[in-house]
Amino acid sequence: MSNYKSKELVSKLGPLFGLILLIIIVSILNPSFLSIANIFNVLRQVSISAIIAFGMTFVILTGGIDLSVGSTLALTGAIAASLLSSGMDPFLTIGISLIIGLILGAINGVIITKGKVAPFIATLATMTIYRGLTLVFTDGRPISDLGNHYSFQLFGKGYFLGFPVPVVTMVIAFIVLYFILQKTTFGRRVYAVGGNEEAAKLSGINTDRVKIAVYAITGLLASLAALILTSRLNSAQPTAGQSYELDAIAAVVLGGTSLNGGKGWIIGTLIGALIIGVLNNGMNLIGVSSFWQQVVKGIVILIAVLMDRKKTA
Amino acid sequence: MIQMSGISKAFNGNVVLENVQFELAKGEIHALMGENGAGKSTMMKILSGIYTKDAGEIMVDGETVQFKSPKDAEKLGIVVIHQELNMLPDLTVAQNLFLGKELTYGKTGILKTRQMEKEAIKLLSKLGLTINPRTRTGDLSVGKQQIIEIAKAIASDAKYIVMDEPTAALTDREIETLFKTVNELKAKGISFVYISHRMEEIFAICDRITILRDGQYVGVRNIPETNFDEIVAMMVGRELGERFPERNCKIGETKLEVRNLTVNGLFQDISFKLKKGEVLGVAGLMGSGRTEVAQTIFGYRKLSNGEIFIDGKKINVKSPIDAMKHGIGFVTEDRKTEGLVLDFSIKDNISLANLEKCSSSGIMKKEHENSMVAKYIKDLKIRTSGPEQSAKSLSGGNQQKVVIAKWLGTEPEILILDEPTRGVDIGAKKEIYHIINQLAESGVAILMISSELPEVIGMADRVIVMQEGKLTGEVNKEHMTQEVIMQYATGGEQVV
Ligand SMILES: Nc1ncnc2c1ncn2[C@@H]1O[C@H](COP(=O)(O)OP(=O)(O)OP(=O)(O)O)[C@@H](O)[C@H]1O
Ligand SMILES: [Mg+2]
Repeated sequence: MSNYKSKELVSKLGPLFGLILLIIIVSILNPSFLSIANIFNVLRQVSISAIIAFGMTFVILTGGIDLSVGSTLALTGAIAASLLSSGMDPFLTIGISLIIGLILGAINGVIITKGKVAPFIATLATMTIYRGLTLVFTDGRPISDLGNHYSFQLFGKGYFLGFPVPVVTMVIAFIVLYFILQKTTFGRRVYAVGGNEEAAKLSGINTDRVKIAVYAITGLLASLAALILTSRLNSAQPTAGQSYELDAIAAVVLGGTSLNGGKGWIIGTLIGALIIGVLNNGMNLIGVSSFWQQVVKGIVILIAVLMDRKKTA
Repeated sequence: MIQMSGISKAFNGNVVLENVQFELAKGEIHALMGENGAGKSTMMKILSGIYTKDAGEIMVDGETVQFKSPKDAEKLGIVVIHQELNMLPDLTVAQNLFLGKELTYGKTGILKTRQMEKEAIKLLSKLGLTINPRTRTGDLSVGKQQIIEIAKAIASDAKYIVMDEPTAALTDREIETLFKTVNELKAKGISFVYISHRMEEIFAICDRITILRDGQYVGVRNIPETNFDEIVAMMVGRELGERFPERNCKIGETKLEVRNLTVNGLFQDISFKLKKGEVLGVAGLMGSGRTEVAQTIFGYRKLSNGEIFIDGKKINVKSPIDAMKHGIGFVTEDRKTEGLVLDFSIKDNISLANLEKCSSSGIMKKEHENSMVAKYIKDLKIRTSGPEQSAKSLSGGNQQKVVIAKWLGTEPEILILDEPTRGVDIGAKKEIYHIINQLAESGVAILMISSELPEVIGMADRVIVMQEGKLTGEVNKEHMTQEVIMQYATGGEQVV
């Protein structure tokens, strides 16, 4: 038995070794990478993409995909900003925005399960719809006079016990989601739906409900990321979150979760998001041109996936 | 002529074959027997280049060979029909038959679709199967897919054909055509390795039997010079006793009643009663609609018409969840697609239908889950290195036991078993029969679909027979013979 486990562990640790290797390379090329200020900076950037990628992990584990997360982020961010600027209580604003995110996600889930539309197509459509609604809602202009709400500013810019609040939020989200995935019946159902949907159904699992729930969770997390972003920038951009879905998918895949569903883990996603974050930051520090950055990022993803392929073969 | 000697193989330090030998002469049908997990499939996967051996030698026609991939073995004419089907469900029958060996116009890559479809019809009719070659393969029954798999091997001009439990999903008539074809090919000098848990078949068709036990070679016997008892003793290493254990049946009131159950296009007007403590057999040919009836009772199919009663009360099952709430369990027919999440461990598969029981307010209770799983691994004698072993890496028979364990965990009051002993060895079969008996004795109502007539006759208190979606007969214990059941199943004259 220990043999099965240790083999699995080695394959799971791959991404971690990759991350450590990357950190070593970057800090050799530019030692200032390791300064506290820069590390916090990386973590703060990573927190937003990681939170989105956590949700994406749930969706991908069920064998689905969600392309609408970036648009959901923009729409809920814009709604939050306009509520604040209209003078609403920040806590109420946060609550309403999260609920709207949840609903936007659940809509994806309902289209996919009840309408029997492939996840890729369904969320491609809602990606466009949600983005369009954001543009309509904001009239294509950023919303920036959010008023002076200390508690809301804390969300993106504050510190808690010496750590940036977004990072603390990410860690809390991670712990809660890890617990849900590994220790609850719901988590088990998520894996089962992705592993063999028919067997799951025949074992008395309401697979539709599980799927709607994972998309709803993803929507909720996208709106959480929107709140952090809006607070940090002290404004909401109608174009916010563009191509975030690709970074999220990349983080999930880098972390070793299978796009076929049923196999993977959320720790991997955190590591994947950190790899992308360190890569972005490191290339900036070293002075790689932003054009080349794209090329490098793509190559890293490709290498990770190819190595994963080898392991499973 | 193939000679394998000194073959050893371990997975992650787990030895599954140790110093095993096997010989296959030209034009012989050689049976490979042993309990679930004895290493039969692994041995044949080594012969066909899917697994590499850790030690030993393979000689083909006197020359030592090293297979690095299935392609190498195929070049020497070695073809395997695997225990678990390998058809692509979305391709047509003809596309599957010619997969990788498509007929084209020269090297252009343009397909000769017409010709392939014609060839497909010819090949399949040789095996007694008349179907449109454009049918989507996934729409066919497991039995029919199996025949296509066999046709595929025959089409590839194989010299050595390994059949890993080919008849597990076939009905008697299909088996007969298969045997006829095998004997014809044998006369042409083609050799067969035949893996099966069905003794009758092996004695009917094979020339020799090699027996494995726990990954070790036990011996080889010529068929006319041996008998059932000797082989069984070699396989299990002990006396097995009666094949169908006695049941102390106390049949009670009606537990389940279905009236005029109909699903348009699949079956019509099915009515029967199932009593507490009773084992009701459902016999019929492959495709007669038995599985579909079971699925409908379990809420997996929408019924067009008819009523279902439990304890005299009409119930409405819209989904498996409803059925489970009414105490129904369903051991499905195809373990790979319906029964198991292959990437899950044994533990996770068993608890899948028991998540409520293994948790409180949605949080898994580890100890509870572990002890339940440990109990069933022990009770059902599942041969495994531990509860964390993945279902995928279990032998076929042990996979079946995991599916049964999953449903025993729900403590059903009505248990539907669809081919419960398919691919299960003789010792484990008896264990499963024993479990069925225990359940029946404790008052569980059991509906047992089975294509193995000796099993139906040995186990059932009463049998209903289906033919082409209709109920054609009911036979009581006293009148149960293979002939009577087959007559109802094939629509022959109904003499009782
Ligand atoms: N890929 C694998 N990884 C780990 N263990 C394996 C793997 N394949 C087979 N095994 C183990 O090897 C043993 C022999 O399996 P095998 O499939 O050869 O049995 P079998 O004789 O064909 O049984 P059955 O009659 O049930 O089909 C089993 O204990 C099984 O769990
Ligand atoms: Mg086998």
